[in-house]
Amino acid sequence: MESIIPIIVIIAKIVGITFVLTLPVIAYSVYAERRFAAVIQDRVGPNRTGIPLTLFGYKKDISFFGLLQPLADGLKFILKEDYVPSHVNKFFFWLAPALTMVPALVTLSVVPFGSYLFGEALVIANVSVGPLLIFAIASLSVYGITLAGWASNNKYSFFGGVRSCAQMISYEISLGLSIIPVLMHFGDLNLMNIVEEQAKNGWLILPLWGEGLSLERMLLWIPMLISFFIFTISIFAETNRMPFDLPECETELVGGYHTEYSSMKFALFFLGEYAAMIVGSALIVTLFLGGWSIGFGIDAWVTEFFGNWAGLIHLGAFLVKLVGFILFFILIRWTIPRFRYDQLMKLGWVVFFEVALINILFAAVIMARVRGDLTGTPFIGALVGVTVFSAAMFYIAKSLDRMLSADSKEEVKSVN
Amino acid sequence: MAKVTKLSRPKLKKSDEIYLIGIFKGTLVTLKHAYQSVFGKSRGADSLKSSGLGITMQYPEEKWDDQLPDYYRGAPALVTDEQDRERCVSCQLCEFICPPKAIKITPGEIPEGDTWEKVEKRPQEFDIDMIRCIYCGLCEEVCPEQAIYLRKDYAITGTSREEMVHNKQKLYEIGGKRVGLVNKWNELK
Repeated sequence: MESIIPIIVIIAKIVGITFVLTLPVIAYSVYAERRFAAVIQDRVGPNRTGIPLTLFGYKKDISFFGLLQPLADGLKFILKEDYVPSHVNKFFFWLAPALTMVPALVTLSVVPFGSYLFGEALVIANVSVGPLLIFAIASLSVYGITLAGWASNNKYSFFGGVRSCAQMISYEISLGLSIIPVLMHFGDLNLMNIVEEQAKNGWLILPLWGEGLSLERMLLWIPMLISFFIFTISIFAETNRMPFDLPECETELVGGYHTEYSSMKFALFFLGEYAAMIVGSALIVTLFLGGWSIGFGIDAWVTEFFGNWAGLIHLGAFLVKLVGFILFFILIRWTIPRFRYDQLMKLGWVVFFEVALINILFAAVIMARVRGDLTGTPFIGALVGVTVFSAAMFYIAKSLDRMLSADSKEEVKSVN
Repeated sequence: MAKVTKLSRPKLKKSDEIYLIGIFKGTLVTLKHAYQSVFGKSRGADSLKSSGLGITMQYPEEKWDDQLPDYYRGAPALVTDEQDRERCVSCQLCEFICPPKAIKITPGEIPEGDTWEKVEKRPQEFDIDMIRCIYCGLCEEVCPEQAIYLRKDYAITGTSREEMVHNKQKLYEIGGKRVGLVNKWNELK
């Protein structure tokens, strides 16, 4: 009996967090996207789907602002014809949708959704390699899109797949580099510990209580803000969201990598994108905005007052931040037009890569100086080193930029 | 003498080149639209009779019917005049001009002794297939008797093909009585 209880707890966590919590959030983020987009464009959006009482002879339907729309959408996807064209590579064609959806859901396993509920942490796997595991698994989703493009045996799909491959690999670099200062500051890779640290000593980009008011944190605020900025934009690129949704841009590539897909296989791509968006937002919230902590020193009081139930309060706080970030994603999507492909690559390789590298050194020098490890001549040497390194990076970026723009100018000439 | 000035394309400022300010301004614009449409304050919401969300009128509950212009081309229908005479004399011109061939007329004779005996003909049957009709209004234009008009009915629905064919009775029902037309068969004038 002793050994069964932990297994039951783990299964309960998996079912609760993945199927009860995340999948509905994914479904409703599609609804949120449609309603918010409609409101931005002075429209109404889906507000009708509800309980169809008229089918049972009543006078009026109950619509609940169309809140049952995701259910209807899901039903539609299941009932549609699942058409597999004859010219595709069947094995990879079937494998690809699963490869986009599964990594996104697997990465949820290390995200802490709340603090402790009856002594159990609200995270499926409380491992000490959190962000590394997320990067390792999330980069697998490149395969899903690339295989979809290749297996479809169609030029548009292939272009979409290739674009996505290049885009995701490029932005993974700045994604990884940008959180190195963050991990250096925490000195820990366990996401649960990172959140607890932030609950005590101030969120990373909002250090207003606990040790957050110390000189180190005040100085570190600048590199952390840069990290936050690069990380957020890279997550946009990594999840193929607007303004970086080049793999599926309708105007150039028909539908991109999922041109040949229909029914539930298309739905897996569609929901996989939203799942990746949710994991991305969860990661941003966890690393930079204090995860499940309510902040301002209230967390200790909440833990004391609600005792075993504090986990639920913190779960609520996490979900509020998550939903806020999803709405931010949607807002950006309907605000900024799509980048051109070379602009996208330039932003990744010429701007973010260099800025993230300089940012790491900058943060390291600040930390070492404030903690007293770096004084006198070595400090001046480090400052000179950072300056020289930054200058070299700027030079490289500038020359790359000149090279790229010269290339594109030649192309324009040859086209004319 | 007109004064000619050469205009040049405005140059981007340095602050515009790093997008960020532009992106921030853009988000403010979209947020403003979101706020305005949630609270029913969108520009044009009043004149477009908005339902309170954005500038959209929500169709089955709210309709544009009282805003339709006089020249609106809805369903074609037959009309009667002040003396309740069927104006149609079944000359079949509308049947021949109809581009999608939606109109079918079976001409009939007016029996002797009828008040309008001298008109000689009236349609025995007059069917317009509303699935075929394209609301072009050529029938109205070609009619020498001012007998067929496009009315303001636009929501023509049915659950079968037969239901979508308007017969003579239905056409007169839609058309109703129309006064003030030229009465060339009326001796009183």
